Amino acid sequence: MINEIILMNGYGIYVWSSFLFTFMCFGSLYIIIKAQLVREQSKFDEKFQTLNPEKKKTASAQETYKGILEINSTSKI
Amino acid sequence: MLKNFEPNKIFVITSKATKYVRGLFFIIVFIGLIEALILSPEDYLQSHSVRIMYVHVPSAWISLGIFSSIAILSFLILFFKNKPSILIAKSLAPSGLVFSIIALVTGSIWGKPTWGTWWAWDARITSMLILCLFYFIYIIAWRIYQDTEKVNKVTSFIALIGAVNLPIVKYSVDWWSTLHQPASVSVFEKTSIHHTMLIPLALMTAAFALFSLLIFLMKYNTELIKIKNKGLDRL
Repeated sequence: MINEIILMNGYGIYVWSSFLFTFMCFGSLYIIIKAQLVREQSKFDEKFQTLNPEKKKTASAQETYKGILEINSTSKI
Repeated sequence: MLKNFEPNKIFVITSKATKYVRGLFFIIVFIGLIEALILSPEDYLQSHSVRIMYVHVPSAWISLGIFSSIAILSFLILFFKNKPSILIAKSLAPSGLVFSIIALVTGSIWGKPTWGTWWAWDARITSMLILCLFYFIYIIAWRIYQDTEKVNKVTSFIALIGAVNLPIVKYSVDWWSTLHQPASVSVFEKTSIHHTMLIPLALMTAAFALFSLLIFLMKYNTELIKIKNKGLDRL
């Protein structure tokens, strides 16, 4: 049974390499996009910390800034 | 309707949606892989090599679908100056490029046991390669041009020119004599694939669509934070 799944009548090498290539592409793309997201979030965090209290208050009041601050406080890697 | 996609309104939703989309993707891809690699039957002619269909066909469908969406959004950007479309089109491109590469490579791997060759310059394969190149040029254009107005125009033009290739990809098997067989799955006609193969194909298509949605959401959020980072500088 296991042998049949692995070898697939001699077509295993083609089938498994296709699936492996697909999921390697998925993994690579996910890692690249995630790294970009984390980098931008960190940049945002750094810049936000350097703002004076008044500007922080102005930024925090805006909907999107609020959203980004929420994410940065919960999903740091 | 596109006003609902304005960055300020949608960020909260897109940032929270990623974890649900990711979870759903893992569940569906797990079931899809079991169906595609173990439960689905082998083909009477192609034997087990037919299983490559479960990654090759969804990838080709999704790369075509994504480029069609980019072309429609580019039309809105170019002729109606629709700003929310810019970020959406830009964020769709990376997954579209990767799916077109997967379609080409897995097609090449499938070609070896089926046709006895890794590559043939037939109409479907060549037009798919052109689609992949258009994705590449589109993404490169976003990196090359710094001026916002210029980059919007250039990328939209690239997408609209590339859209001419889409019907060629779709109908190449009907218009010319190619190595590819005509379409087996159609929305308007009866499908010629047996349900034991159609179920894993549908599951893998759903899983791949969820993955492209996940990448789109993450890329969209990244672009949005980039804009807000520039906004912080101006505060």
